[in-house]
Amino acid sequence: METQVQTQKKETIMSTQRMTGAEAVIRSLLAEGVDLIYGYPGGAIMPVYDELYKFQDQLHHVLTRHEQGATHAAQGYARTSGKVGVAIATSGPGATNFVTGIADAQIDSTPMVCITGQVGSHLLGSDAFQETDIIGISTPITKWNHQVTKAEDIPAVLAKAFYIARSGRPGPVLIDITKDAQFGELDFDYKKCNGVRSYKAIPDTDPRSLEEAAKLINAAKQPMIVFGQGVILGEAEEELKNFIEKSGIPTTWTILGLSALPTAHPLNMGMVGMHGNYGPNKLTNECDLLIAIGMRFDDRVTGNLETYAKQAKVIHFEIDPAEVDKNVKADVAVMGNVKQTLAKILPMVESAKHDSWIQKFKDYDAIEYDKVIKDELYPSKEGLSMGEVMRGINEETNGDAVIVSDVGQHQMMACRYAEFTKTKSNITSGGLGTMGFALPAAIGSKMGAPDREVVAIIGDGGYQMTIQELGTIFQTKAAVKIVVLNNEFLGMVRQWQQLFFDKRYASTEMTNPDFITIAQGYHIPATRVTKREELQGAIKEMIASDGPYFLEVCVEKENNVFPMIPTGASVSDIRLS
Amino acid sequence: MEKENYTISVYTENNIGLLNRISAIFLRRHINLDSFTASVSEIKDVYRFTIVVNITEEQVKKIIGQIEKQIEVIRAFYHKDDETIYQETALFKVASNLLFENRQIQNVIKDSNANIVTVTPEFFVLEKTGRRNEVESLYDKLEPFGLMQFVRSGRIAVTKEKMNISTVLEDFSEEAVG
Repeated sequence: METQVQTQKKETIMSTQRMTGAEAVIRSLLAEGVDLIYGYPGGAIMPVYDELYKFQDQLHHVLTRHEQGATHAAQGYARTSGKVGVAIATSGPGATNFVTGIADAQIDSTPMVCITGQVGSHLLGSDAFQETDIIGISTPITKWNHQVTKAEDIPAVLAKAFYIARSGRPGPVLIDITKDAQFGELDFDYKKCNGVRSYKAIPDTDPRSLEEAAKLINAAKQPMIVFGQGVILGEAEEELKNFIEKSGIPTTWTILGLSALPTAHPLNMGMVGMHGNYGPNKLTNECDLLIAIGMRFDDRVTGNLETYAKQAKVIHFEIDPAEVDKNVKADVAVMGNVKQTLAKILPMVESAKHDSWIQKFKDYDAIEYDKVIKDELYPSKEGLSMGEVMRGINEETNGDAVIVSDVGQHQMMACRYAEFTKTKSNITSGGLGTMGFALPAAIGSKMGAPDREVVAIIGDGGYQMTIQELGTIFQTKAAVKIVVLNNEFLGMVRQWQQLFFDKRYASTEMTNPDFITIAQGYHIPATRVTKREELQGAIKEMIASDGPYFLEVCVEKENNVFPMIPTGASVSDIRLS
Repeated sequence: MEKENYTISVYTENNIGLLNRISAIFLRRHINLDSFTASVSEIKDVYRFTIVVNITEEQVKKIIGQIEKQIEVIRAFYHKDDETIYQETALFKVASNLLFENRQIQNVIKDSNANIVTVTPEFFVLEKTGRRNEVESLYDKLEPFGLMQFVRSGRIAVTKEKMNISTVLEDFSEEAVG
């Protein structure tokens, strides 16, 4: 207690003190409640790192092995913790290595503040060593970006950065700070930002839109809900549950919405989209009312727009006005944060049950189970399936784990078969489809939710894109459980080659290294499973281990993910084989 | 849907980077800008971009959504030609000897309502403000005599309806405080 009082005193004195821009960066982060950042040092950011050294008891820095890893780790952290992720790097290549993570955060609405060092302002535009125009490069992939060339601007710009990153529809913000601004001096006075004149974070909700939406909901005979990540970002899980339970409407989700509703919920009908469930896709084209909640009608969700839900009225609950009517025309758009709008509409909807309509979902599910799911979860063939690995993980974690997936077949299997009881538990690269996302994102996910089990599900291709982050795991002892589903192929591309390119497997077969030896090189306990009888025991051992663990499962080489909506086809043309 | 001319008016905070953000929105969708003009507006510290594009109304609505999404954009509007008062300005640099030796060119200038901005022994400069077709018609008439230089500005336009930007700004500020 005494120490706490002393620190506070020190804080107030320091807050009016003259200091360098670099120290102001750290103090601004502390003022925003940041205690963990991911990054990689270099020439143009050295003054900030020097301050990090002094503040290491208050601000923990995780050294990733590549700047891309820092961005994905910050994303994982943001998505399990609900806080803003922070990544920091130097100018030039440090900054350009951020690009993939920033683009990923932009398309998946992840709150993230990226700080990059920049050459001295007198050198800007001179093609100086490690100078790159990261503001120009990052403009189309950031919610906002800004270059700081004066020390005194640092606190206000960072305050604005955090406000913009986390408010409204969240997104990544990049702040580029020249070296002279880091060395320069200022009188530090931090004021949190709570508004930007030209920016309306949350649009007003028109009460008439709620009335019209309620009217459509109450009149609908075959309504269906598709929710997305807006529910998680708006922390509207409870409001969604109340809404669906009262209205009795069968509910489906996008991969970024996954885990906002417990898997076992009786109104959970499954996933929409390219590899989603049979019923949700088929019945999209049979429902009379489609209620979209915090989702943006991505093409992987809708298939061919010309034949998407044409028979249905559409209600779109949305925070971003630019998403309304972008891909699918809404009959009623309910603007605002879904946490508020769903709560407001609740008393306006009548209690209902849609048993015979829900039965249609169940009938389709029975077909899908028979033709696809049964063989995936309980294969009769000798080779291991990705689905049975997911089933094994479900059994050992009781659906309580955070599942971080990479991109490809294993990702679709993880999203289809992982069971969830808690929200913020499915961390994956949805919009950008970034291979290499999972390993660093799992590190951040674990640090954002240290009390939870974090299991990364990764393909052998994506794993090798950011495999160097094993070094980060080794150094930080982050207790991440890594499962590589190894089919010695870039499986999803191979599947498309098989189905649409006449089995011409161009550059999709992989000769892989000994992953066990690599993990052991980082002193991470490692096991390889090739036989079914070894699988459950290995998963059990992995989950039981206290620290990080690597499990390689050699799965059937040429399995396919079904159901599948071929590109350009209608959702109702979904194929089971 | 038919393509039409739309004048997009974007009110923004004064920010250099915004130009890049806004032009990228068009570039990414392969929409050619017919013209792009940046200037101050009727409100202190608020800038105004006037952009002319030939696209469908559905396209322009989506573009407005994307533009307004940018943090430093206060509001964006689109208008059809008949909803705005719009002008362009062109400068013609012509050899001075033509003015004294050719009676025909004197008639062209007289009929065109163009202003003579400057005259030197070597050249004179004509300024013509009007709609695109008026400028083009003068161009067609002068071109046979030989143009030393020609330049035309982007469209500037004011709308017949009120823009109410001040009200929008007040609304924003109240929210920021509250």
